[in-house]
Order: sequence, then structure tokens, then C-alpha cells
Amino acid sequence: MSPPRFVGAPVTRREDARLLTGRATFVDDLNIPGVVHAAFVRSPHAHARIKRVDVSRARAMPGVLAVIAGHDLDLPPLLLRMGSPIPGTELRAAPRLALPRDKVRHVGEAVAVVVGESRYLAEDARDAIVVEYEMLPPVVSPAAGVAPNAPLVWDELGDNIAAHIVQRVGDPDAAFAAAPHVLRETFRIVRGGGHSMEGRGLVARYDGTLDSFTVWDATQMPHAVRNTLAILFGMPEDRIRVISPPDIGGGFGPKGGFYPEEAVVPWLARALGRPVKWIEDRHEHFTSAAQERVQVHETAIAFDGDGKLLALRNVFLHDTGVSGILVTPLITSCTVPGPYRIRNIHTEFRAVYTTLQPTGAVRGAGRPQATFVMERMMDRMAEHLGLDPAEVRARNLIQPDEFPYDVGLIFRDSARQVYDSGNYPELLRRALEEIDYRGARAEQGALRARGRYRGIGIALCVEGVGFGPFEGAVMRLNARGRVVVSESAPPQGQGYQTTFAQIAADAVGVRLEDVDVVTGDTAAVPFGTGSFASRVMANAGPAVLQAGRVLRERILSLAGFLLEAAPADLEIEDGRVHVRGAPMRSVSLVEVARLGNVGRGFGFSLPAGVQPGLETSSYFAPPQAGYSSSIHACVLDVDPVTGVVEIVRYVVGHDCGTLLNPLIVEGQILGGVAHGLSNALYEEAVFDEGGQPLAASYLDYVLPSAREMPRVRVFHLESPSPLNPLGVKGAGEAGTLPVTAAVAGAVEDALRPFRVRINSVPLNPSRISDLVHGQ
Amino acid sequence: MTLTRAIRVRVNGQLRDAIVDVRLTFADLLRATFQLTGTHLGCEHGVCGACTVLLDGEAVRSCLLLAVQVDGADVQTVEGLAPDPDHLTPLQAQFVEHHGLQCGFCTPGILMTLTAALRDNPHPDETEVREALAGHLCRCTGYQGMVDAVLAHVRHGTGGAR
Repeated sequence: MSPPRFVGAPVTRREDARLLTGRATFVDDLNIPGVVHAAFVRSPHAHARIKRVDVSRARAMPGVLAVIAGHDLDLPPLLLRMGSPIPGTELRAAPRLALPRDKVRHVGEAVAVVVGESRYLAEDARDAIVVEYEMLPPVVSPAAGVAPNAPLVWDELGDNIAAHIVQRVGDPDAAFAAAPHVLRETFRIVRGGGHSMEGRGLVARYDGTLDSFTVWDATQMPHAVRNTLAILFGMPEDRIRVISPPDIGGGFGPKGGFYPEEAVVPWLARALGRPVKWIEDRHEHFTSAAQERVQVHETAIAFDGDGKLLALRNVFLHDTGVSGILVTPLITSCTVPGPYRIRNIHTEFRAVYTTLQPTGAVRGAGRPQATFVMERMMDRMAEHLGLDPAEVRARNLIQPDEFPYDVGLIFRDSARQVYDSGNYPELLRRALEEIDYRGARAEQGALRARGRYRGIGIALCVEGVGFGPFEGAVMRLNARGRVVVSESAPPQGQGYQTTFAQIAADAVGVRLEDVDVVTGDTAAVPFGTGSFASRVMANAGPAVLQAGRVLRERILSLAGFLLEAAPADLEIEDGRVHVRGAPMRSVSLVEVARLGNVGRGFGFSLPAGVQPGLETSSYFAPPQAGYSSSIHACVLDVDPVTGVVEIVRYVVGHDCGTLLNPLIVEGQILGGVAHGLSNALYEEAVFDEGGQPLAASYLDYVLPSAREMPRVRVFHLESPSPLNPLGVKGAGEAGTLPVTAAVAGAVEDALRPFRVRINSVPLNPSRISDLVHGQ
Repeated sequence: MTLTRAIRVRVNGQLRDAIVDVRLTFADLLRATFQLTGTHLGCEHGVCGACTVLLDGEAVRSCLLLAVQVDGADVQTVEGLAPDPDHLTPLQAQFVEHHGLQCGFCTPGILMTLTAALRDNPHPDETEVREALAGHLCRCTGYQGMVDAVLAHVRHGTGGAR
């Protein structure tokens, strides 16, 4: 193979031009003839019995095609049995109807749906539906969920425990008993949402002649949606095509999984014989899209007088909401040890159902909480021993010669948590240099003397990414001599059409502009997993690479026949295949495609040994997760009077293995930092004691704008992963992970004269004011 | 209850007539009636800025106006900036160069705000660029790429948004 020409280069994105000129196709932009519009009636209560749903007035309203409540919907319950990666454990879940018949379990739960000729008419009728409720006591925190005699979210389960998982490494009890120093803390992490700028949404069309569905769904997981619909409708999966539109307006986790609306809208399309569209509005995103992050951790570390960690005990409650996934708290429990060598670990969590909206994964998926917990403990250990926070970290880092490093836990991919590669000491060294750590420490005292409260924070993390089970790629040479790459996972802004073109162009040996990329269409690649967990490049990347190598062989073999030359003597250049050293002896890729995909003529036999069909498919399944690593360092000032935090310098060091496109990776990091900074300083999904969301608009739920975001400096290390032929790991979430920890550390450092203890975020002005005043 | 009105609007230089429900939003007029789907709806309560267009030259939230309110107005949307995707404006080209967009959902509104802002202040510094963008939410980029794109555009002296 010749060296890569495109992989590793900062190729600008081919997606951009259509997005910049308003020519993109998001799901709400699809103009499907005959389409009608759905609007959902949603519960105003966190927990209530449904006594009566009166749709009579709504059904009679103009432009209304259907009004459907739970009893009208003949679909089996949504019960997605996902095995637990940890043997002997499970996610306990009750069957859930897409539209409930008995009771509602969170504010915003869909109770009924109206289909109208326009969204306006559908919403008119929605407001004419009367639902009578009998109030039930809500469960608004995981602690309330495990309290004695707590109300039951799911009566069938008998309690509110969704999962209880314990993992142990070494002998933590003995290590704690013998340790010279032990510190204990409680950490509380609050809820946040995904807040992609485009909400969820889908259009479903049913074709009665073929008994088949086409569903355009702004989902991160088209194959999972297709498979679930096949079960719900009792149809073979081949007759359901789910397409994630090429343009999806961000995902960040909540567009993964399967929601009630994704069952109801296709059902309506079949029942009505009309295409049906539903587009989530922002209020619905606030109350019905998955959120994440609420956890309460009881953490203890044991260490010696030199600041060497001896043992870790971390026990936490996780708010699963009305429904959720097992893997998010499991990821938290595995991510706590991070880059540190800890031989004795006790990690334990209980995931608890509450009458709050569903949870799932939000950028980071359990990892930001873990990083917050561990890095706060590292700061506390430094303080306890009177050591520099950077120094205590350095003393505990896993060294470059220790890879592969077995943490001793089972990770969420069911494989042992074995770190594949990395260089954590170099991350730390370089970050301290880039942030001018010594300089910052030196000026801190002088500034404080002048009444300026400056703090420095550092946080590291190791992030399990790129795990399976697999992704797939189908590749062909079409009649115009273009390489068409279909890849199973859909993008939500990550630039797949560019990056996969880079991989394919190198693998086949063609120009970048000769490659077309199709993403997230179950008809193009029959099997796939989806875009989440920073996993696509380590799965679909190698699949595209493998398919490209096979396609190249096929092209050269057919061209060899046409040119009467050995394939090994051929080269591909500028859309033609020629004999090396004899550029006049050449055929175009169009001619090769004609021979391979059409034949020499109708009814003409192909010569022996020439394989027809310039198409190949390839799947790649990594043996385990790869482990990216990163460090964030920040210098900030806190105004103890106004409570305002001003970031002075912010540095990110990141190692996700081989960089396929540095421009795109850096963009992923910068966006992740913005999300993390938002968690650190601004956003919080607040609920009152009745389970009512109190921050359900952008007036109350604050996201940072360009004015609030600091300039962020990013540097990369490249420790290739041995787990796939590209050496790639994953980068989508990394930017988010250490931010809350780094910012909390820096704010606590800045406010040391006030002896503040920061064990939770967001650190908004009122919170900082409370801390300064000892509340 | 569906009262209608006839309106006439100049959109991207072209006069267009429509009979609209009085409650139709300006954003839906553009997206549904005129099929100009480059203008996006992110929050429908006037905070995210994705639906920003130029109304008689000023950047406005099209989700907060009714179609009947723009009768007789001159409107510019993202579709009116460049003739086609192969001929980007200099500012759009800098967005490509500096990775100023990811999912691109918020981008059209941002371009329209910048069109007005750079007309009024053709040589903003970084603080002024960030101030100009402060009425927009982007969840993908952290804004740094788009800030760099605007600064490069200003530096290269192409001036204004074109």
C-alpha cells in the first residue's frame, strides 16, 4: 500500500457548502407529498393515574384526521431487553406502552396524539382533548426512590431499583483498614440535557402495496429503530427502511435509543395511509427527550504520606428517570479510577427509577460525573498532604510502559477494562507547560494580595470509546467511475462524509473527489449499531478501509484483464488505471465499471477468473473498547462579590490515537468543552418537589453563547490504538469530560481564602455567592 | 376561525404573493409556504437565533413574527447569500476554512446576523465578533471556529458579508 494521502490531513468538509447556503436536508425540510402532522398531548403531572381521556371534541375539529389515546394503539409494549455486560446483573424494567393506559410517570409523557392537515390544526385539536388525572405521589430523586415506602414508579417491579452492580478489585477493605490516610466526600451531580439545536423528529410513510415502511428519522441509531419497529409491527426487518437524513442538527446522546413517538408515528402512517411527520418542539425537548447526569456519590480514597493512592471506594445512586439504560451508570463506575494506578477498588451503584423524564446518554454518558469525583478527590488529597495538585497526579499516573494496563473491572462493552495505549505523564507535562502552570502559581499570590481571586485547575480522564459490537460499510464503483461508500452509522455534525471519503480514497487509491459517501440508511447497509459513545471511527473506519482494499483489488483485477497486464503492475491515477511506467496503456474507471457491473455486452461470457460486481461489503468488530485520554487545565478568576467566573486561559490535551482529520477532531474537542463548561457554570434541569420542570425554556435553562466561551487551546498526542488497523480511538465526547472537574478545582483554588468546598456544579453566580457566604 | 390575508413580500430580491392565515408565523411562511427551508427553527421562543433572517436589512427572529407583519417588507434569507453551493461568499468560504460549523443547523441564522453586523461594523475585533454572535446558540462548535472565520474574513479585507 502507498502511504496515506488523505488520512491525517486537515481536509475541509464537503458537508459545509450545502449547510452554508441553506440547501441542506434536515428531517423537517423533507417535502413528502401528502404529509400530515402529529401533535402529542403530554402529561402535566409527574405521577398520576389516567382516569379518562375525552377526545370527542378534538375528533370533530376541522382538519383533524385522527385522535389516538393509549387504548386505541394496538402495539405491544416497548421492552428492550438489553443484557448487562456484568454477569449476574440486569436492568430491571417493566413493559412500557408507547401511549400509557394506566398512569403517567413524568411531566411531558405522551398520553394521546392528534394528526392534522397542518401542525397548527393538530395543535388546536390537541388543546381540545380532556384528560382527567388522579394525582399520585411523585419520586423526584434517587434518594427518594430508595427511601422506605417510596411510591412505586413501576408497580410491577415491587421497588424502584433499576440495577445494582458491585465490582471489586484487589482487597479494598484491607487497604482502607491499613491506610495511613483516608478522605471521604459526598458529590452531587445535577441533570442536564442534550440540547441539539434541532430537536428529535421523524416522518413515516407506509406503502400498502409492498407492506413496507420508509421512516426518515433524525436518530443516532437507524438500525436499532428499524429492528425495534420490526418487532413492534411483527414485520421482517427488510420491509422497514429507516433513513437518518444526511443532515441531522446535532445529537449528543438523546437522539439515540427508541422513543414512544418513533412507534406511534409509523403506526399512524399505516392506519391513515398518509405520511405522518412529527417534529419535536423545544418545550418537548425539555420535557420528553432523554436527560442525564444526576448522581450522588459517596467516595473515599486511601493513600500514603507520599500521596500514592492505595484504594478507592465509590458508591453512588443514579437517577434513571422513568426509563433509562444500564450502561450510563456502569460507565461512571468504571471511569472513576481514570489514569491512576489503583490496585484496590470497590465500586458500586444503584440505578433508581424516578418520576422524572427518561434518561439515557448525554455527551459524556456517565464519564463527566466520574471524572468530577476522582479529580476532586485528587485535589483534596493534595490539599490534605500539602502537596501540589499536579504533583500528586504525577505520582499516581499509569506509565507509558505499563500498557496494556488492566484496571481489573469489566467495562460496559462486557470486556475487561484494559487500557490499550497512551502517555499520561506526557499529557500532564505538556498541559502544565501550555498553561504556564508555574507562572500561574507564581502570580496567584500577588494577585490575591491585590484582591483578585485567581485559581488553577487540572483534570485528567481516561475514556472508554470505540467499542463494538460493529459497524459496516458497503462500497462499489458505479457507472460513472465513482466510488460510492455506504456506511452504517449516521452523522449529526461530525463530518462523516468527509472523513470516510478520506479513508476510502486512500484505500482504493482514488482522488478524494471521486468518492461519494452515504450514511445511516438501513437499505444501504443492512446492519449497524449507531453513532454514540465516540465509537464510530473505530468501528466504521476500519470497515471502510477493509472494503476499500477489496474494491481496489477487484478494480485492478478487471483492469488487468482489459490491459493484459498483471494487477500488481497497475496504478490508479486521475480516474484511470494504467500500467506502471506506461501511462499510455490505461483504461478509465468508467470502462472498468462497465466491464465489472454490466459485462462486455448482453449475453457475453466473462473470461474465467474475472469476478463481476464491483461491490463489496465489510464489517468490523473491535475486540474491546479503546481508551482515549485527555487533560484539561484552566486558569480563572472568581469575583467573590458578583460570583462571576472569568476563564483566563484554557488548555486541552487530548490523545485519541491516530488523527484521521485534525480539523474535525479539534472541532469535536472545542464543542465538547463548550458543553462541559455549560455544565460547569450554567445549565441545570431543575425540578420542584412535585416533579415539575422549572427550567423548561432557554430563558431559565442557560446555555453559553460566543460571549461566554473562552478561547481554548488544544494540543494532541497520538498513541495509536492496537485494536484496529487505523489506530484510531474516539473523540466525540472527550472535550466534555474533564471540564466540570477542572473548573471546580480552579474555583475552589481561587476561593481558598474563603475555605469553600465545591462538591457540585453548576457554579453559577448565585451558587458561588452562597459558597462565599458559607451556605 | 382561520382568517386569511393577502401579503406581498420581496424575498431574496423576488416579489412573492401569498394568502396566509393571520396566525401563520413568518418562519413558517418562509419554510412551508415558500419552501425556503434554510431558515431553521431551534426554539420557537426567540432565544436560539437559528431562525434569524434580514427584514428590511435588520436581523430578526422569524419565529417571533407573524407572516402578516412582513407584508410589504424586503426579506433576505440564507438562500439569498450565495447563488449556489459552488459559489460561496467570502465569509461562507472562511466558515469552511476554519471549521465554523458542524451540524450546521444554527449556521444560517448566524450568517444572517453577521451579514447585518459586518455591514454596520466591517472591522470588528474578537470581542465585538463574540458580542455580535451572542444572540445565537450553537451546541456543536464552541463558537471558536466561527469567530476565527469572521476574524479571517475581516483580516483579508473582503469587507462586509459578501
